[in-house]
Amino acid sequence: MTEPNLSSIWVYLSASPLLGLTITMVVYCLAYRLYVFANMNPLLNPVITTIAVLIVILILTGTSYEAYFEGGQFVHFLLGPATVALAVPLYQQFSKLKQLWLPVTIALISGVTIAALSSVFVARLLGASLQTQLSLAPKSVTAPVAMGISEKIGGLPSLTAVLVVTTGIVGALFGTKILALLGIQNDSVKGIAMGVTAHGIGTARAFQVSPEMGAFSGLAMALSAFATAVILPPLIELLQI
Amino acid sequence: MSFLNGITILLIYQLVGEITVLYLKLPVPGPVMGMVLLFVTLLVRKRTPESLDSASATLLSHLSLLFVPAGVGMMVHFERIGNEWLSISLAIILSTVVTLVLTALIMQGCQRLLIRAEKSND
Repeated sequence: MTEPNLSSIWVYLSASPLLGLTITMVVYCLAYRLYVFANMNPLLNPVITTIAVLIVILILTGTSYEAYFEGGQFVHFLLGPATVALAVPLYQQFSKLKQLWLPVTIALISGVTIAALSSVFVARLLGASLQTQLSLAPKSVTAPVAMGISEKIGGLPSLTAVLVVTTGIVGALFGTKILALLGIQNDSVKGIAMGVTAHGIGTARAFQVSPEMGAFSGLAMALSAFATAVILPPLIELLQI
Repeated sequence: MSFLNGITILLIYQLVGEITVLYLKLPVPGPVMGMVLLFVTLLVRKRTPESLDSASATLLSHLSLLFVPAGVGMMVHFERIGNEWLSISLAIILSTVVTLVLTALIMQGCQRLLIRAEKSND
């Protein structure tokens, strides 16, 4: 009878979802602490730090993404219920939304169309492959919805997920500065622009600025997820992209 | 217990949303349909149960954690991203800035027009 050595424990653990799930939580909690410690400096956005650290760990340990995702899927799965949960802030802001429904609707429909077409256009101009262009199209929409749309229009859902997260990070990093440069002070306008452009990651940033900006950003994220899901597939077909 | 009730409500709506989308062959993803159905329910009932409030607040306050496993998927696409990094990053950065600026300006413009229209009506 041989004693279980470290490598056999590793072989056992790397085959179970526990390790992938635990490491996701541990790294995120540490990254979040670091973020709070650095006065919420957007460059230390916990999503970026966590993803970077996890990729380094997986590469160093020779772990495949599939093996990691066995555990990661439990976190990933919650994106579905979280999307449904958006109905609650949407309902709570409904009285404000009712007053502003016309500007919000116009801004949303134009924003959603601009987000999709501008990314496809720039990528095409710079010679990206068709599949990359199609994966970019829903990049401003919250991940679970964007992945669904990407699959429908012929993109790569997993690539879309990465592009969605990157877009959110870019929006969260520069969004508030750009809006300040434009001289926009109204929290409802700032929130709608942030939510349409940078979905949940932008919304998390908006909540740091003010609860009102956060609520409008969350609202825009929920509405634009729905609007993009309805508008984008027929639009892509129409333009024969 | 209240958190469990809340998360169960969310799961039921997601499930009903998925079934509705499959059955009616709608172009929207199931969770979005679930969100719409829950929103309509709240409008009709005119209040949110406390359990639903706490479950959705908990989920949404840690929204960025939920993006992590998908983001780690970047490692699968290193080759594609390596080959097309310039067009991908420029597309994301330019499109993000353009969308943000135009959406904000359009919304602000519409609001100002509305205010002006209301004033001239008075």
